[in-house]
Amino acid sequence: MEIKIPELSLVALMGASGSGKSSFARKHFKPTEIVSSDTCRGLVSDDENSLFATSDAFDVLYYIARKRLKNGLLTVIDATNVQQESRKGIIELAREYHCLPVAIVLLLSEDVCQARNQHRPDRNFGAHVIRQQYIQLKKSLRNLKKEGFRYVYVLRSEEEVNAVQHIQREKLYNDKKDETGPFDIIGDIHGCFDELQELLQKLGYTIVKVEANEQNFGFNVSVPDNRKIIFLGDFIDRGPDSPNVLRLVMSMVNAGTAYCVPGNHDLKLQKYLVGKKVQLKHGLEITVQQLTNESEAFKQSVENFLYSLISHYVFDDGKLVVAHAGLKEEMQGRGSAAVRAFCLYGETTGEIDEFGLPVRYNWAKEYRGKAKVVYGHTPVPEAEWLNKTIDIDTGCVFGGKLTAFRYPEEELVSVSARQVYCEPAKPLQQQENTLAFSSQQAYDDLLDIEDVIGKRIVQTRLRHNITLREENSIAALEVMSRFSVNPKWLMYLPPTMSSCATSDLPDFLEYPAQALNYYKKRGVQKVICEEKHMGSRAILVICQNETAATQRFGIANEGLGICYTRTGRNFFNDTAVEKAFISRVNMALTKSGFWEKFDTNWVCLDAELMPWSAKAQSLLKDQYAAVGAAASGALPEVQKTLQMAVARGVEDATPFYENFQQKTACIHQYIHAYQHYCWQVNSLDDYKLAPFHILATEAAVHTDKNHEWHMQNIAEICPADPQLLMATPYKIVDFADQNTFDDAVAWWLQLTGKGGEGMVVKPYDFIAYQKQELLQPAIKCRGKEYLRIIYGPEYDLAENITRLKKRGLSRKQSLAIREFALGVEALERFVRREPLRRIHESVFGVLALESEEVDPRL
Amino acid sequence: MLLQITTTHQPATDLGYVLHKHPDKFQSVEFSMGKAHIFYPEVSEEKTSICLLLDIDPINMVRSGRNNDSNNFVLAHYVNDRPYVASSFLSVALAKTFSTAMNGKCKDKPELVDTKMPFEVSISVVSAPSGGENLIRNLFLPLGYTVSLERQTLDNKFPEWGESKYYKLKLQHTLTTKELLSHLYVLIPTLDNDKHYFVSSNEIEKLLQKGEGWLKDHPKKEQIAKRYLVNLNSLTRQALERLSEGEAVNNAKDEDDFLEKTEVEKRKETLHDVRIKLVAEKIAALAAENVLDLGCGEGKLIRQLLKQKQIKKIVGMDVSYGDLLKAKERLHYDQMSPKQKERIQLIQGSLTYKDKRFEGFEVATLVEVIEHLDPNRLKALERVVFEFAQPKTVILTTPNKEYNVMWEKLAADQLRHTDHRFEWTRKEFADWTQQICENYKYEVSLLPIGEEIENIGGPSQMAIFTYGN
Repeated sequence: MEIKIPELSLVALMGASGSGKSSFARKHFKPTEIVSSDTCRGLVSDDENSLFATSDAFDVLYYIARKRLKNGLLTVIDATNVQQESRKGIIELAREYHCLPVAIVLLLSEDVCQARNQHRPDRNFGAHVIRQQYIQLKKSLRNLKKEGFRYVYVLRSEEEVNAVQHIQREKLYNDKKDETGPFDIIGDIHGCFDELQELLQKLGYTIVKVEANEQNFGFNVSVPDNRKIIFLGDFIDRGPDSPNVLRLVMSMVNAGTAYCVPGNHDLKLQKYLVGKKVQLKHGLEITVQQLTNESEAFKQSVENFLYSLISHYVFDDGKLVVAHAGLKEEMQGRGSAAVRAFCLYGETTGEIDEFGLPVRYNWAKEYRGKAKVVYGHTPVPEAEWLNKTIDIDTGCVFGGKLTAFRYPEEELVSVSARQVYCEPAKPLQQQENTLAFSSQQAYDDLLDIEDVIGKRIVQTRLRHNITLREENSIAALEVMSRFSVNPKWLMYLPPTMSSCATSDLPDFLEYPAQALNYYKKRGVQKVICEEKHMGSRAILVICQNETAATQRFGIANEGLGICYTRTGRNFFNDTAVEKAFISRVNMALTKSGFWEKFDTNWVCLDAELMPWSAKAQSLLKDQYAAVGAAASGALPEVQKTLQMAVARGVEDATPFYENFQQKTACIHQYIHAYQHYCWQVNSLDDYKLAPFHILATEAAVHTDKNHEWHMQNIAEICPADPQLLMATPYKIVDFADQNTFDDAVAWWLQLTGKGGEGMVVKPYDFIAYQKQELLQPAIKCRGKEYLRIIYGPEYDLAENITRLKKRGLSRKQSLAIREFALGVEALERFVRREPLRRIHESVFGVLALESEEVDPRL
Repeated sequence: MLLQITTTHQPATDLGYVLHKHPDKFQSVEFSMGKAHIFYPEVSEEKTSICLLLDIDPINMVRSGRNNDSNNFVLAHYVNDRPYVASSFLSVALAKTFSTAMNGKCKDKPELVDTKMPFEVSISVVSAPSGGENLIRNLFLPLGYTVSLERQTLDNKFPEWGESKYYKLKLQHTLTTKELLSHLYVLIPTLDNDKHYFVSSNEIEKLLQKGEGWLKDHPKKEQIAKRYLVNLNSLTRQALERLSEGEAVNNAKDEDDFLEKTEVEKRKETLHDVRIKLVAEKIAALAAENVLDLGCGEGKLIRQLLKQKQIKKIVGMDVSYGDLLKAKERLHYDQMSPKQKERIQLIQGSLTYKDKRFEGFEVATLVEVIEHLDPNRLKALERVVFEFAQPKTVILTTPNKEYNVMWEKLAADQLRHTDHRFEWTRKEFADWTQQICENYKYEVSLLPIGEEIENIGGPSQMAIFTYGN
């Protein structure tokens, strides 16, 4: 016997004890696919035959089966299943997970079972048990289909059991994962034949009327560039020419140039055509009228055609799902009455609204699936993305338009309705919000906690999966909730930056050679060295005007943009200052012709904002200046007393006197070092902004440009406001030319000699790899004096620096790479106009990683 | 870092005997974080002076601090005031270098042990916690010292940054050496917020031993004990109990604050108790069976609600995981009976993210929560609470800004808490609640919290929202 089962099915083996179910299962299924009641008994009681354990054992069995089915895996239940009650649970389970229940019955004679059990000493239940099981099973046979098993196979002897060589697994009808398109997907037509023709022509199809034959219903449609049409159902009702729409659709499906899923209207017509009693309303009465002149043969063909339709399809390796009314993730690629009903009607709440129509529950609001879902059914004024779903029923029959969605181009092509063929019962879906926000933006107004808490895995383009540990998410949630700016602005957080490897020169902890060699050793040809400004990191999102803020960011009344810190906090505490600052940067961009040059109305800039003292006021006062003040108070007294002791001739006091003199010198240098980065801010003119990355503009993440491009394009903006904006000096090092290398080292010595913080070395290209390995996006190399405020005033005394040289960078570098990948991912998602939660997830990830413990001095 | 003790006792050279240190030697003692040096800058019959100089190794301090699982930020940083201030390190060094004198022994001249000498002590520098000069004076004046203080400027180049918290301290008094050393031993670390060593029950012994004979009668003894035993409440209580020799200790109020409370803080505290009590009463009147406490903090309200028998379920939510841990501790969650435990659930969440866990409650409370949100994030909170969680009743409190004039120490336009993002007048609050009612189908009644003052209102205000209008 040949046994065929659907790829995703729930297989119930049935048979009395000793009928050979477990051996059969082992022969035909993978061990992981089998969930056996005996095994579960053993798991919960250490005794595979314990009857007391039955209840617990089945809890475990169902638990495992649920997890497997949820993950879309075929599952075999190895239990006697001779009683109707036990099978009922299996049918319910199959329904819950929308997979098909299959029964494979091993109806071996009672004698065989008895004989087998006698050979098994662990099975000591009496002969009457097996007899009873056999009788129960035999009685059950004729009811199995009625109980809900879609496939039933009965094997009546050992020979029949052995004759089963192979169990054939078949793909579901809705599985078209091999079909990759390109497609033109067309929404609800409702008899609007003229508009359909016009739309097809606009899409490049040529329609020729032909004589109807068995293969063709009157239209020959030639197709451009191997494209295929997908019709989303509701071809008929309400509109002027449903029969011709059917003819065209059926012709194309027959010719293999179109796929087609049914709509609720279509299936009602099918019911009517087979003679079931249906109410002739909602436009069906018009279709029926239009069909009166059609031949019986045509009507029969229509009925057959509609009956044959599959409720939804999964295309392109699971990336595209189409259904008339859409489909939730857990139903995609599955088959059950519930799936079919969802495809036809969507989700309703059971209530009726003031227009007498069922209240639809917008499943798309909660959609989290990976596949894009294209659907129709609910007329909307404009087709708009919401959480990777798009409703393209733009209400043609109600005087709207007929829309096609081109895949994979993701373009929308529409033709307007020639007239209002039918007055809608209620105006086309009222906008949920009065502002000019898109549905996605309105929906994104509120994020969901489920998208951020717990252990998370974020997929990034640059570095695949990045795991965020729960404790880090906990910390990030607090920071994000309490301090961060409106998440709609937050399209990026910068990665941490590692310092270079420790120098082997005696007087230096950091030296440029190590920073440069990091890249040289990894095969990078060229790097850029940028002066490191000592201020505070600032991310700026600036819009050309408030309209852009509203339209692109979905933010109203928050001004032209934002300036936030590396942890997403507002940079300025004073809103008036912030507003003035943003507006100055905005004016500089406008004046420099930035918006036109980049064809954008917003930009995200990565920058350093000085002075340090502007933002780090409390850190300076509580820590840096405080230490200076304490030392300045204490050390002179120490010097004085030691000097007196030396003068008294106390032996051994001299070296300590000298040592503390050295310490005093260190403190002076230390105070000088931090003072260098402080100045008083009285007005905006006292700030300096040094942008170094143009991260993103409309439709572009500029991580594909090299750093010299960034430097040059920024340098072109700066003259527009030289008081505020500052271009960053840089040097290019080509490892083929040692002079450039030496030149960079000399430059660094010169910069840091003047009190500069140091420099940042980056690969010439924004994103650099060594083989598959993502490299550090930047390495910093800090000056000798600057490091005093990091490692302490006396860090460079010989006894200290030798100890400080022992430091490990690997943790910091690993963090930097992960954060970099997440940051770029966030930008790319924003530019692709993904839902906010997807952008937020990445940004949140950066913040979560930042809470990992790592030496803050590196 | 430097302690200088000078005496004009005749002969002043007796100082060397009583401290058991040779005047012509430069001695060094090693201890965990570095070295202590002892030397005499001045020796004569008229005037003799000894120095204890701490030479702390900041690198060793950071690195060993890290290994000691220390959460103390100050110790974890290389840029650190520890090497320059008189901290608990100084006490350690005192005990180590002058142990003989501290124990009241003097082999060569035993009569010196009980001799009162005129001392001048200078310490460079001490760090004064919030409380500042007054605190320092209050510690030493009751013991008979003359106190003079010289405050350090934070940074001479930036006078606008103001003064630092560091002082050069000079003390004068005539007393025995042992008394002097024990005073210093106890009081120097008292000034310091950042204790370097792990506080264990052993600390009590040290405190009691060194404080013998004077600490009991010191008017600031509670404060000294609390600050000396920084961060350990139960230890503080034990120590106080033992200090008062069986008398009841009056510290039932707030156990966790070591600082001298300002007037504002004290009044805020009692106000908070009033507020919690009122919220609990309102919930009792509603006979609610389940309550969601949004922004539960350390669980003060939850503790009150547990007393209400009709409440079967209390969910406390806070964004701060640290606060939730404290709440758990305060509620003695781990020691609760299973039945009690079932009633409580503490979850981390946020009022700016919608959350299924907030759904299905009869009452939700937001006690002094909304003012901790930036005004532009308030909309998110409104939707989370009133649109999605949609409890039958929402009890919400927030400060009444008009009342701020009653806090004398609060400057005009100053908010009551550094984390407050806004404070509302009664009108502003009423307008906001009205808008909530219109948008989310609630009805509201408003009432003051605390004693009302004409034209100003109560110190805090409450809104009770009821769903369905």
